[in-house]
Amino acid sequence: MQEHDMSWVRTEMALAQAAPRSQVGFGAWVRRNLFATPVDSVLTVLALLAIAWALPQILNWVFFDAVWTGADRTACLTTEQGGQLPVGWTGACWPFVSGRFGQFMFGRYPMDERWRVILTGIIFIALLAPLLIPRVPYKGLNAILFFVVFPFIAFYLLVGGFFGLSYVETPRWGGLMVTLVLSYVGIVVSLPLGILLAMGRRSKMPIVKLLSVVFIETVRGVPLVTVLFMASFMLPLFVPPGMSFDKLLRALIGVALFAAAYMAEVVRGGLQAIPKGQYEGADSLGLGYWQKMGFIIMPQALKLVIPGIVNTFIGMFKDTTLVLIISMFDLLGVVKQNISGDPTWATPQTAKTGYVFAAAIFWIFCFGMSRYSQFMERRLDTGHKR
Amino acid sequence: MSQEVIHEATPQRASLLYDPRVRGIVFQVVLVALLALGIWWIVDNTIENLRRSHIATGFGFLKGRAGFDIANTLIDYSSDNSYGRALVVGILNTAIVAITGIITATIIGFLVGIGRLSNNWLIRKLATVYIEIFRNIPPLLVILFWYQGVLALLPNVRDSIGLPFGSFLNNRGFYFPRMVWSDGAWLVAVGLAAGVVLSWYVARRARARQMATGQQFPVFLTSVALIVGMPLLGFALAGFPLTFEFPQKGTFNLTGGVNVKPEFLSLYLALSFYTAAFIAEIVRAGIVGVPKGQTEAFSALGLRSGQGLRLVVIPQAMRIIIPPLTSQYLNLTKNSSLAVAIGYPDLYAIGGTILNQTGQAIEVVVIFMVVYLGISILTSLFMNWFNTKMALKER
Repeated sequence: MQEHDMSWVRTEMALAQAAPRSQVGFGAWVRRNLFATPVDSVLTVLALLAIAWALPQILNWVFFDAVWTGADRTACLTTEQGGQLPVGWTGACWPFVSGRFGQFMFGRYPMDERWRVILTGIIFIALLAPLLIPRVPYKGLNAILFFVVFPFIAFYLLVGGFFGLSYVETPRWGGLMVTLVLSYVGIVVSLPLGILLAMGRRSKMPIVKLLSVVFIETVRGVPLVTVLFMASFMLPLFVPPGMSFDKLLRALIGVALFAAAYMAEVVRGGLQAIPKGQYEGADSLGLGYWQKMGFIIMPQALKLVIPGIVNTFIGMFKDTTLVLIISMFDLLGVVKQNISGDPTWATPQTAKTGYVFAAAIFWIFCFGMSRYSQFMERRLDTGHKR
Repeated sequence: MSQEVIHEATPQRASLLYDPRVRGIVFQVVLVALLALGIWWIVDNTIENLRRSHIATGFGFLKGRAGFDIANTLIDYSSDNSYGRALVVGILNTAIVAITGIITATIIGFLVGIGRLSNNWLIRKLATVYIEIFRNIPPLLVILFWYQGVLALLPNVRDSIGLPFGSFLNNRGFYFPRMVWSDGAWLVAVGLAAGVVLSWYVARRARARQMATGQQFPVFLTSVALIVGMPLLGFALAGFPLTFEFPQKGTFNLTGGVNVKPEFLSLYLALSFYTAAFIAEIVRAGIVGVPKGQTEAFSALGLRSGQGLRLVVIPQAMRIIIPPLTSQYLNLTKNSSLAVAIGYPDLYAIGGTILNQTGQAIEVVVIFMVVYLGISILTSLFMNWFNTKMALKER
């Protein structure tokens, strides 16, 4: 017994063993994520079958079977319909999009003047990009340029009529350009108006509060179509005879008022989340109402509701399509007009192609906005969230 | 006390101009005056404009002969009926698309929302793709896509696609057999009513017994048996009073059966799929919002995962889900006004036609506002009631 020393102390760490084969690698991942339980396995198989059925069809339609070149509808017709393609063919008719691309972007804006729209777009991007990238300095100046100066430049460039630029009446505008104009004006007008309405709704002055509540709830209760309808049919009744509004302007007023009501509710949510101590703190510093709101409350409240604000922007961007109902031609309106009113490209596949193209453009814009808002949310998160 | 003393000692040193109360009153008086002036200006202009274009005001025009036909009607309607009846047809069309859309969107939305939380990687990704696609596309585009891009491409009547149960699908819509009830059908309705009442009673008794003795009773199965069985019994007693009128394929048209028009189908499908994406996100947020401790707690109590989900997690998730769900339902109802783009005769489309015929812009817009606000208020009232029912019962 004595020779055997029982006290043995390990002097080096035991070597780590490799994880069991069933726990690592691709096989384990598949087992854990796709075939964990019998129900999971069934679901996975069903989903795989659905993908195997749908994906080739989609890819064929968009890429492999699609027609890429052609001058008119005959390029996208089957022999049965008077074209060259085999009977039963389906696929995208992309020459329709490329042939009408100018219209989709600018509507009936005169050919020779389209450089003005492009220039406006370049200025827009040049001012917007540095505003969106957090590291770029001079944010204040940039914001003033973008929100205050840019509208005047854009108005001059797009409408024209003085200083050597010819006048382009708004009924000739159309396409993506109108979509962007409507959204930009909607955003620039609705945010301040929404903030004012939200402050009005939380005001201690009964009449201000009542008016704000009535406005917000009425507008939120009716569809945008009704608001646009009012703007286009009733506004002309409200003004003295002989005075008339531009149709685009009427739509702009409708969209901006509508968005303002929704914005007001989003901002109110932020205002309600600010603790009372912040208001009292501002009061005790001797700040007046507007100073208190501008320096203390709003910066915190707006930061809290950035996702909500961006969601409202996205909603408004999508809602601008409704102007086609009061017969204006934004991107969707022009696409629809070209599909149903233009015999040059009338084929069974034209409608699908045109709408898929328009959907892709809308999707890129909206998805971009929502991703940016998530990025900003993470960046502005100070870790004080409750 | 001391504050009051000080206040009395230094009465109104500051100018009235700096008293917030006085300023508030002055501001509101000015606001009201401006508003009144604006309204007076608008009313004055409107009266002047209406007088110039010789439009009579008032709702008397509703009794006039409509003179236009409507494709989809739920109640009897012809062009000889009044404008008022045409509007009722429109309201019913809006209601039917809103109700069917809400039901379908809720089902798809819950499935996709739960799918987004699935342990299954593939299902999770598919749900995410669905949500991200539909959330970022305008609903009007989805409607037009279904209408012009999908349904218009279906074969014509002669080559209708045959579906099970004698139904057909072609570019004039979806046709399915009409149920024709003969004498004695009321027994089925009585059976259904009896089944519902009995299962309610059974559920009550079962609950009371469980409270008293702790013994459980298979309430769900009994209720299903009662609700399905009683009408069947009535059906058999009455001597099977049901025949089907199948759609018959003719050369140019399908006759008989029920026809769902492509306008309705595209609106219904588009609104359901679009709104479902939003509902899915709400459902996901609701389920994620229930703390993990609740799951651990029900496991500790010995509940199986299905039971725990049903009795512990979902009731709490519903509290988070219901308020935003309400606004999605309202959005769907309001979005149904997009029907006008494809010619589905909802309230908005019919109102627009009436406006073009009579020029009664103000009255028509007032009717729009009243109906849509009415629907909004009714939906909110119902959902608030449901919300209070589901809310945390606190002592």
